[in-house]
Amino acid sequence: MKSSAFEYAAPRSVAEAVALLRTQDGEAKILAGGQSLMPLLAMRLARPSLLVDLGRIEGLDYVREESGVIAIGAMTTKSTIERSDLVRTRQALFHEATRLIGHPQIRNRGTVGGSMAQADPAAEYPAAALALDAKMRVVGGGGERSIDAADFFVSTLTTALAPDEILIEVRVPMLAPGTGWSMLEVSRRHGDFAMAGTAVTVALDGGRVRSARIVLFGVGPVPVRARAAEQAVAGQKPAAAAWASAATQARDVVEEPLSDHHASAAYRRHLAGVLVERALAEAVTRAGGTA
Amino acid sequence: MSTSRRIRVTVNGEVHEALVDPRLTLADFLRADLGLGGTHVGCEHGVCGACTILLDGRTVRACLMLAVQADERNLTTIEGLGRDGELHPIQQAFVEEHGLQCGFCTPGFVMSVHELLELHPDPSDEEIRDFLGGNLCRCTGYQAIYRSVKLAARMLREPKAPAGVQAEQT
Repeated sequence: MKSSAFEYAAPRSVAEAVALLRTQDGEAKILAGGQSLMPLLAMRLARPSLLVDLGRIEGLDYVREESGVIAIGAMTTKSTIERSDLVRTRQALFHEATRLIGHPQIRNRGTVGGSMAQADPAAEYPAAALALDAKMRVVGGGGERSIDAADFFVSTLTTALAPDEILIEVRVPMLAPGTGWSMLEVSRRHGDFAMAGTAVTVALDGGRVRSARIVLFGVGPVPVRARAAEQAVAGQKPAAAAWASAATQARDVVEEPLSDHHASAAYRRHLAGVLVERALAEAVTRAGGTA
Repeated sequence: MSTSRRIRVTVNGEVHEALVDPRLTLADFLRADLGLGGTHVGCEHGVCGACTILLDGRTVRACLMLAVQADERNLTTIEGLGRDGELHPIQQAFVEEHGLQCGFCTPGFVMSVHELLELHPDPSDEEIRDFLGGNLCRCTGYQAIYRSVKLAARMLREPKAPAGVQAEQT
């Protein structure tokens, strides 16, 4: 289990990295934390001609507040994000998503940019990004652009990034005060990828749900919003019956769930419903309402 | 074929210079090029934790890093934990509590426990389970590892107590 041969470059700037990608006609791969890419290389599922290591580029490792948004440099490790007081206090859902990822050793190297660009269907960060309307700042041969999370995750392991584009920053809006949230997942072992998961935010108004955002992950090629479930709880008084109804709607969103040796499609669908029910109750409790 | 790269790495306080193939993993570099066989290769795809080392004091999986990425960095392997032939308290605790049988996973566990106890000097079972979930053992069934971690925590908190003395005095 050794990688095939590749050339290696460690550019010192994003511009240099983009230029390198453009020389390889799509055959280069970006190396960030390596926690997803290295296993692919070891198993020869990826055989890039060139590895472009972003690890020597200064200025891509930061967590800072910018006008109500948390701007996170793409090369920031998950451990750094986990330890960030700003994220823990102002974006508790993103903090929880971070805590759920893998194991400490993975988080010490894995980066937020790498997770988003990898777009694993069962990953926590893409789901959190969709639930929170995060934006991706991207640089490529055509210049810089911003891509909404809703447009960023296209299919299994596929994003809207062009072959010469590099994700440089993830911008996550802070949770509005009083917003309830929950992130739950079921995996076979602690730290495994989720068989099914959900990321939920809830805003209450006068004792009723004003709006809810319900995202499912691990059940299809990309994280998906359960819009029917969101509409089902809007305007409702928090109650177990409301959550059960939302859960039914959420299960129907799971059109073609993945079925593999970890979990069958039927089981994933079942889990999706259970988790949405629990997550809504938990989110409402956090918002200060009674579940 | 690919262009070899020159790297300069500090491992357990010693500086090493080498010319390496870019695809050489850090685990293979430590074992084959530096002769530090204590870092074990169990799965080569980042799930078993047997290759755990410290990079600038933080645990990482050496099989998921390239040697070229360690250029100008500071590494600590299991060989760097003991001092003057003496076992590190964590190693001593594993001996006392039989936290190992075949020993294959042990270096990885010891390195992870090192970071765990730095961050959580008196860890609960839940904190231990959460932190060590990335290290797999096929022999012990983990209960002896829990006991080893708790003994190590006590030993590190009471550095003057000789190893093996029951610390249940209060």
